[in-house]
Amino acid sequence: MELKIINLGLVDYKDGLEKQKSLFLDVKNVIISQALITCTHYPVITLGRSANKKNLLASQDNLLAKGIKTYVIERGGDITYHGPGQLMVYPIFNLNYLKKDIHWFLRKLEGVVISCLLDFGVKAQRVKGLTGVWVKEQKIASIGIAIKNWVTFHGLSINVKSNDLKNFELIRPCGMDITMTAVETCLKNSVDISQIEAAIIRRFKDDQSYSA
Amino acid sequence: MTKVILPELSEGIPKATVSYWFFKVGERVNEKDGLVELTTDKATFNLPSPCSGRLSEIIIPEGETVNTGEVLGIIEEDQKD
Repeated sequence: MELKIINLGLVDYKDGLEKQKSLFLDVKNVIISQALITCTHYPVITLGRSANKKNLLASQDNLLAKGIKTYVIERGGDITYHGPGQLMVYPIFNLNYLKKDIHWFLRKLEGVVISCLLDFGVKAQRVKGLTGVWVKEQKIASIGIAIKNWVTFHGLSINVKSNDLKNFELIRPCGMDITMTAVETCLKNSVDISQIEAAIIRRFKDDQSYSA
Repeated sequence: MTKVILPELSEGIPKATVSYWFFKVGERVNEKDGLVELTTDKATFNLPSPCSGRLSEIIIPEGETVNTGEVLGIIEEDQKD
């Protein structure tokens, strides 16, 4: 199956969501077989279906002053932050043609991130019982998806730039007391988001289970 | 009368939480319309209606948890000629 790749660059969260929904319909209606959106977002806080508003620590005035918007959205999971230092990856895949299994898909996404990070020398892993990708006890990638008619949207974010981690202090990420890390923090070196982006796209293309 | 049953979502996911009913009791639904949204820890999942008819009963309301194989609601099917 052909994988359509769309790089949106730096976009507002809402614009990225609109693009996801448009591609979702294309995949659902079998106009295209599957799509992968990559982008970065202006600072934004999103609350998933399991979100507890207590996990938003910053006041609305504080968020307004920082120019950070908040959105309540239909993905799974609690609260998270996205900013220009993260690579966003939105796989719009039709699980009817892959495997109709939610956890299989979540574990596959984790696997793609883990193998991609290893290409850069970052040893990341899963933590049993928790979705996402971790470097020791710190989280480097977050995952939250939505599935309609077995077509997926929303997806994953990888923290790349270390200077974008500070805004996680505005929330309790995923409703847990966890520390976030970034690729740059692990490598103690500057890394371009475009490098991670190219590697992630390559990994998705190489993974045979996505081209069944 | 057709029971809306939570299917197996994945190995190792025995239950899910009802996060949203797209229809109220008494409303008409079409087969394959998104009927109810369910949430597991990191995923939301839309369960389509198994048939066309009228949603006559919601057994598991929003915010409550349901196990695989349990009945979420009831649809009175359209009368067939």
